[in-house]
Amino acid sequence: MAERERRLTPPFGGVFVARKRVMGPDDVDRAVWRMAHEIIERNRGLEDVAIVGLQTGGVPLAHRLGEAMHQIDGVNVPVGSLDVAFYRDDIGLRPVLPEAVTDIAFDVGGRVVVLVDDVLFTGRTIRAALDALTDHGRARSVQLAVMVDRGHRELPIRPDYVGKNLPTRRDEVVNVADDGVELGEMMK
Amino acid sequence: MTSLLTAEQLSLGEVEDLFGLADSFLEVSSRRMPKVPALRGKTVVSLFFEDSTRTRLSFETAAKRLSADVMTFPVAASSVNKGESVRDTIETIEAMGIDAIVVRHRYAGVPHQIAGWTSASVINAGDGAHEHPTQALLDAFTLRQHFGSVEGLRVAIVGDIRHSRVARSNVALLASLGAEVTLVAPGTLLPPTVAGWPTTTTSELDEVLGSVDVVYLLRMQTERMREHLVPSLREYRARYGLTAERATRMKSGAVIMHPGPMNRGVEIAGEVAELPNALVVDQVRNGVAVRMAVLFWLLGSGVGPHDGPVESDPSGAERTVDG
Repeated sequence: MAERERRLTPPFGGVFVARKRVMGPDDVDRAVWRMAHEIIERNRGLEDVAIVGLQTGGVPLAHRLGEAMHQIDGVNVPVGSLDVAFYRDDIGLRPVLPEAVTDIAFDVGGRVVVLVDDVLFTGRTIRAALDALTDHGRARSVQLAVMVDRGHRELPIRPDYVGKNLPTRRDEVVNVADDGVELGEMMK
Repeated sequence: MTSLLTAEQLSLGEVEDLFGLADSFLEVSSRRMPKVPALRGKTVVSLFFEDSTRTRLSFETAAKRLSADVMTFPVAASSVNKGESVRDTIETIEAMGIDAIVVRHRYAGVPHQIAGWTSASVINAGDGAHEHPTQALLDAFTLRQHFGSVEGLRVAIVGDIRHSRVARSNVALLASLGAEVTLVAPGTLLPPTVAGWPTTTTSELDEVLGSVDVVYLLRMQTERMREHLVPSLREYRARYGLTAERATRMKSGAVIMHPGPMNRGVEIAGEVAELPNALVVDQVRNGVAVRMAVLFWLLGSGVGPHDGPVESDPSGAERTVDG
């Protein structure tokens, strides 16, 4: 999730305070490695597969998955990044600004696109991402990989590859960083 | 609702937000399907009391790429010509339910007045010799794109400063972004006073030509001759026109800009406009992205100018940390 949105959004403006570390750096590595294998297995190789990370949390994860796949299969999978700000369903309800410029340098048409994000929560970002992706072309299929699925879906969306299923309360916050995953809350 | 009336109203942080948005909208514009649903259901009216096909098309393209609905108010064919007051016109179109009005008027201050009569956002698309803030934004954005940053650039604005809203808005924005602006014009084409302007002034283009990074040429309007402000277009060209010969004396790496429409052969030689360091086409392309940024910033972002506290999401904090 976007640092800037967090900063601008009224209920936030606070500081993230970790209460519990739920994954260490090794756990994240192993999850990336396993998900890379699962993606290869599910698609019977990496032909036509492309990875698209969602700004901002999904982008580093997308690159790590790409590197892992390269190590496993020797194939360079194209990796892109997608910002969904202009496709959100809460424009006008809260501050919405893009985090970064979308960068998809390959043709989406006919590919299997694996969307990657750090945390799957309400599903609304993924809904927006599906719309955004469609504007870049008609993918043959779209799959979803997330490091943490924390539940509380508000839309009929489910992930295909999950690093960790993490039961949470709605008011908790999940922070995915390079060195692991923490569960905590925002303090004013 | 909030408005964009002058370049001065923008804080540096707001300009950065707008440039960041424009970066994103340039990418959108480069797609096969250059459209996003961001302003679906919003209505933008273009209300041009003074003709300007280029600016109007640029705004309307921007609004359409954001999926807003666009109404063009045909001033010439409307009841304005039957003597309806501007205020009645505004109240009439506002009653139809609109979100933004893009206004151009030959008198300075009309957009400000309109902003006081409507709850819609008002965007100043040029008022008299006063301001043209989106032109200044697209010019600064073009310079940032070309040079990486506006800070420290030396910019010469050449020509009819006196009657130019483009010059006024550009001086304000470029100076606030840290550029050094020099006004180049004969005394008759300078405002009665430039006291307080963050600029230096000269009447000799050749004096600054070799040292500036940007030569920004203003359109020379032929009616200025009838007003006897310049002796003749030929004399103007001889002293202030960017001829092919002058272009060779520009600093290496320097660029040429013009807000259009160009008078080829007067302020800019035809072949100079085609040089690779002439950014005129970039200015037009960036104009659409910058106007998309302004429209989205005012109507969609929730972080526009002087916005009150944004309506808080009733379901609370979790909304932001979704996947």
